[in-house]
Amino acid sequence: MSDEFEHKIETKADTIADAGSVTSGSTAGIDYVPAHERPDQELYHSHSWWTTYVFSQDAKYIGIQYALTAIGTGLIGLVLSWMMRLQLAFPGLGILEPSSYYQFITMHGMIMVIYLLTALFLGGFGNLLIPLMCGARDMAFPYVNMISYWAFLLAVIILLASFFVPGGPTGAGWTLYPPQAITSGTPGSSAGIVLMLISLCVFVAGFTMGGLNYIITMLQSRARGMTLMRLPLTCWGIFTATVLALLAFPALLVGCIMMTLDSLLGTSFFMPAMISMGEHLSYDGGSPLLFQHLFWFFGHPEVYIIALPAFGIISDLISVHARKNIFGYRMMVWAIVGIGALSFFVWAHHMYVSGMTPWFGYFFATTTLIIAVPTAIKVYNWVLTLWRGNIQLTLPMLFSLAFIVTFVNGGLTGIFLGNVTVDVPLSDTYFVVAHFHMVMGIAPILVVFGAIYHWFPLITGRMLNEGMGRIHFWITFLGSYAIYFPMHYQGFVGVPRRYFEIYDSPYIATSTLHLNVFITIAALIVGAAQLVFLFNLIYSARAGEKSEKNPWKANSLEWLTPEMPPGHGNFGKELPVVYRWAYDFNVPGADKDYIPQTVPPSEVRSAKVEKT
Amino acid sequence: MKKEEGIFKILSQKPWEASQAVIDNDHDGKTFGISKAKLGVRTIMTVSTVIFSLFIVAYADRMLIHDWRSMPEPWLLWVNTAVLIMNSYFFHNVKISADQNNSKEIKRGLYTVGLLAYSFLIGQIIVWYQLLSLGYFAASNVANAFFYLFTALHGLHLLGGLYFWGRVTSKFLKGNYKLPSVQHAIELCAIYWHFLLFVWLVLFGLMLFT
Repeated sequence: MSDEFEHKIETKADTIADAGSVTSGSTAGIDYVPAHERPDQELYHSHSWWTTYVFSQDAKYIGIQYALTAIGTGLIGLVLSWMMRLQLAFPGLGILEPSSYYQFITMHGMIMVIYLLTALFLGGFGNLLIPLMCGARDMAFPYVNMISYWAFLLAVIILLASFFVPGGPTGAGWTLYPPQAITSGTPGSSAGIVLMLISLCVFVAGFTMGGLNYIITMLQSRARGMTLMRLPLTCWGIFTATVLALLAFPALLVGCIMMTLDSLLGTSFFMPAMISMGEHLSYDGGSPLLFQHLFWFFGHPEVYIIALPAFGIISDLISVHARKNIFGYRMMVWAIVGIGALSFFVWAHHMYVSGMTPWFGYFFATTTLIIAVPTAIKVYNWVLTLWRGNIQLTLPMLFSLAFIVTFVNGGLTGIFLGNVTVDVPLSDTYFVVAHFHMVMGIAPILVVFGAIYHWFPLITGRMLNEGMGRIHFWITFLGSYAIYFPMHYQGFVGVPRRYFEIYDSPYIATSTLHLNVFITIAALIVGAAQLVFLFNLIYSARAGEKSEKNPWKANSLEWLTPEMPPGHGNFGKELPVVYRWAYDFNVPGADKDYIPQTVPPSEVRSAKVEKT
Repeated sequence: MKKEEGIFKILSQKPWEASQAVIDNDHDGKTFGISKAKLGVRTIMTVSTVIFSLFIVAYADRMLIHDWRSMPEPWLLWVNTAVLIMNSYFFHNVKISADQNNSKEIKRGLYTVGLLAYSFLIGQIIVWYQLLSLGYFAASNVANAFFYLFTALHGLHLLGGLYFWGRVTSKFLKGNYKLPSVQHAIELCAIYWHFLLFVWLVLFGLMLFT
């Protein structure tokens, strides 16, 4: 701690130095930049194996730790989904008890949304990419950053520990609605739910420490010449998502704390007067609807906490692999910021059937449709970036294209569900399952894969195997459509979600039973294809083809480090100086089809950017 | 980019244009002209504000339901409030003596604020004890539960502040420090203390008037 704190308060001196020499702005040569006014960040230098690789304060290692923990937890979530699918397709086998089905649903949902996607995008990619893309030596507060990872790991351990307590993990659904979440009869209503709530609180605390680092690093320790508007869109996505998270996670924390007290101390924050098993419970007057509002005030921004980094990353992948500047960079930034702001005004569209007043529903339907506008702008801009681009069908590009298609698909069904009259009949059917798995399950995961194929050389210095990658891509892409397209149909014909067994009843079409078998087989195949990916990761990290420096010929700073993978302190002796934005691809008059951000104007005198 | 540029001005820049590039090359990579630590404290205060605001919203919503029975405010709470106000006042004084590099005053001031903060916390615990012995349990009415929740959370925030107070104090006592760093740390602690006073006044006022 001491080193970090030392460093933290060191900066007072810097500010004074800054104030002394504000504008030294004579432009002597075309490359001229004023001398560096503030001293370089003082780094923590590790001395042992433990402080280098385990209790690491280097953001790159922390990012990898985050990513590996998140992916490991995600695999458990994947196995849970297999079990549920087997139960749905072959109820006769009796694979799951009803109670374990609910427990698996709950854990699958929570793991995938929070412990996999949130942790991977912000903790994993955020830590790895922010300092490198901004041109910083490390995060602003490396020690706090390390604590953030260990808090995350602790949260994961507490969460998984709930599998081993009496009563098992909670089966309340990932939304954890009271009163049922802590009422006997719900699986895991005593120990399981408490562990879940504590785990979430630890996660939020850990995330707040990480989030502090992400935004302050992006705001205050960029390289010289790196204005906010010169940042790659990945940074903008992660930045806005972090701001959302810092403002939205408190709602989850507040709900979790109050429900923990309801469960342990018998307070009545959310618990109404109830009769359970013929007995009056001691609760009185609590408001379950209040919890729903708190939960979704977190829950909806959470969707964008996952989506915005994905939007940012995909913009960079498309631009680099289509060798073209991103279409409408400013519009993309505006859309990210706009979506972020609007995401706080749509939460109750998750609650149309909760019994809140219908006028509220009308308001939230309107805001939901409004948020579709900036989202659509982003989709158009991705397509327009591809238009007449020099499209390289590399693995990251394949995954990006798959993302656009999948995201449009899931987005459109979202517009259906955003309307109260359409949502009410569909809300408890598989249509909703299909919608949110498309839009925030498959779509972000495709981005994760694209990003891993893209940045793997940066982490290991080796390329991932192309052949295995293509097998992985096609099975994942086509297979996920085989899984989720039929679910839309199942929803339309009224198959209810959350049922652990679809009985042979006159109200359920026989076709849906056959479809269930089909979906399960597809899910097993897609899941197994991820093993190819995992094998590829391990194999290529050890014996993959050695990558040249900057293998994709990208412009952004993370590829411009003196060594690859970047060493301690990222940029060697001198920090980079930035002369341009990250999207100078195929500039008319330039010799090569890309101009990295650190190339000064004197080296590319003939390049002429069109005036807009 | 100059420090005083607003968010809309920044968002309307065209980073690809040559004329903008000349301006951008001059940029020193910092968005705000304050230290990272200060921005960090501000961020933490923002997050805390959101947390407490949401609790207040929950309080206001829950208050409307028939079973709500307000709780008495023991006179000791007024004493604690006065202690916290004094605490903030003395922290302000420490900051001033730190700026003047008056090490004797700094030392005395740091001790005083620590003592006051701990006595506030002890006072709060006594209030808890009094209320519990009068039979105001968290489970018996939700108004009580909110009281314990608010005081506990506010106390935890203060304990967090005391951790950093302890770091500054021990650093100062060891004598091996650079003046600007200690000044800065004291300033940040003082800001945080004022913030916690403000939070307490809002929470106390809320419970007093409802």
